[in-house]
Amino acid sequence: MSSKTVNQNAWWLVLPVFIMVAFNALIPLMTVVNYSVQESFGNNEFFWSGTIWFEQLLEDDQFRSSLLRQISFTSIVLFIQVPLGLGIALCMPRKGPWVSVCLVLMALPLLVPWNVVGSMWNIMALPDIGLLGKGLNALGIPFNYTRQPISAWFTVVLMDVWHWTSLVVLLCYAGLVSIPDAYYQAAKVDGAKPWAVFRFIQLPKLKHVLTIAILLRFMDSFMIYTEVIVLTGGGPGSATKFLSIDLVQKALGGFDLGPAAAMSIVYFLIILLTSWLFYTLMMRNEAQ
Amino acid sequence: MAKITLQNLRHSYNPEPKGEEDYALKRMSLDWADGGAYALLGPSGCGKTTLLNLISGLLIPTEGQILFDGRDISNTTPERRNIAQVFQFPVIYDTMTVYDNLAFPLRNRGMGEAEVDKRVREIAEMLDLSRTLQNRASGLTADGKQKISLGRGLVRSDVNVIMFDEPLTVIDPHLKWQLRSKLKELHQRIRRTMIYVTHDQTEALTFADQVVVMNNGEVVQTGTPIDLFERPMHTFVGHFIGSPGMNVMPCEVKGGQATFAGHSVQTVNARNYKGKGQKLEIGVRPEFVSFAKTGIPVDIVKVADAGRYRIVETRAANSSIKLLVPDGDHIPVGKTHLAFDATRTQIYENGWMVGVRP
Repeated sequence: MSSKTVNQNAWWLVLPVFIMVAFNALIPLMTVVNYSVQESFGNNEFFWSGTIWFEQLLEDDQFRSSLLRQISFTSIVLFIQVPLGLGIALCMPRKGPWVSVCLVLMALPLLVPWNVVGSMWNIMALPDIGLLGKGLNALGIPFNYTRQPISAWFTVVLMDVWHWTSLVVLLCYAGLVSIPDAYYQAAKVDGAKPWAVFRFIQLPKLKHVLTIAILLRFMDSFMIYTEVIVLTGGGPGSATKFLSIDLVQKALGGFDLGPAAAMSIVYFLIILLTSWLFYTLMMRNEAQ
Repeated sequence: MAKITLQNLRHSYNPEPKGEEDYALKRMSLDWADGGAYALLGPSGCGKTTLLNLISGLLIPTEGQILFDGRDISNTTPERRNIAQVFQFPVIYDTMTVYDNLAFPLRNRGMGEAEVDKRVREIAEMLDLSRTLQNRASGLTADGKQKISLGRGLVRSDVNVIMFDEPLTVIDPHLKWQLRSKLKELHQRIRRTMIYVTHDQTEALTFADQVVVMNNGEVVQTGTPIDLFERPMHTFVGHFIGSPGMNVMPCEVKGGQATFAGHSVQTVNARNYKGKGQKLEIGVRPEFVSFAKTGIPVDIVKVADAGRYRIVETRAANSSIKLLVPDGDHIPVGKTHLAFDATRTQIYENGWMVGVRP
């Protein structure tokens, strides 16, 4: 007979973590799920409403257009930030006193609070007193981000590129310096041109950090809120009303708890699914 | 294929070297014949990789010239020198197949696909890589990857020299032996000049026709494995090569006669000693020491079994002397006497064999 005693008391040790996770993730999420399938007329009374909010949401033109705006914005910033970040990382010095100077300069935008970033660009892009706004107008380019959607988009994208390209740079730089010298030496001996060194050594070795960089940038840009609300407030009209702004307006402005909850869940699932799909596709060949 | 000449070569990693100690590689001149197999042997940090990188062009020498077939190539790029190098850790291009890896150096030089295909298949055949040609290179084992590195060096038919920088470091012990024999076989087949850097005496002695032993940035001896064993020019070579290393004991030399612990010892070169009274040592390998009825009195300290022979450690006048005794031979207990083979016993002055350096 086995003399091993079974003692389940250790489960108590997991309890603190369980409570923490419950309070900061499970309970809020389940509340949202609850809201998304019920209707309320106040007084804390709720009625079952099935999938009606989800059906409504998918037919909702406003949701569709903010989703489309969101996808366009994320695609544009990814297409700019990833190549630009990689390019800057490639140009940065690998040794010498300039390394720390470059790293600190690169890290600066990441340290600025998000609403400050919004305010900075808001003031800078003002057509009458801002350096950027006034400068562009002085060059003869009509620029007014509070009136023209194009100007507003230009400013929002520029702000995001300024704020977040550094993250891609730092990740790529870390990846680049970890490539052993022998690879570059072998490439020299093999007579590889700079493009071949990039294509066959640097890019493959950066695959993992680039995957992480793209994932982080995708998730963050898809959820962008603070900077845009401070800069344009979603305007002019609803030209820069991204998903998060739309959601906040629904949830807090209209107090439509049910539709807002349904939208939150769809929003969350889009990010989750896209990230999972991207990561799985990128890592598919690793297992072989 | 080329004859390699190093003329007064010297290198420092310090851009403004002040004294001799700033030089990672002390001044040296060497001649390597076309098609030879050479080994650079020495402990870590002795400058052998520096020398290798100077020859391959990854470093530009501070002073001196490197000549390939009499042409000065000291300041040209690795690509221009047309050399091949295999590194300590296998370098492969992860995203390419084995085939594309081998074809890479040829395609970079603009060779036509038909010719590339012929060369790649020939080399793959030589290295037993034919079956995995279409596999992704990143999926191979360490020895497979190292074979690809080697293959990229062999695939160009016109390389001047192929260099190996401790290529077997990450290879499993049982595969080391296989790869080493493969290298030797390849050298005999293609007769390309090969330089092999290692700190492992077995690798150096089995691979090379000529071994260059380095220590502290300078060449201590160049010679065939047998030279290094029978006539170490420096006590360092005596210690570094052979297992156990050479016995080195302090001695005195007067009138062309060496004495150790009060007994005169017959040596090869004591009569060449000019008598300047600096540090003098006697060197004799354990293989050339034997028990005798008369001679140097010693105490037996330890006997270690090393398979077919035993290593006996003895002590005389504060010096330890080791000797090898074939298995089954009688080993006396306690006090006994030793004799040295006079033709294999040398006198060293400040580490260098007397009569070699002034």
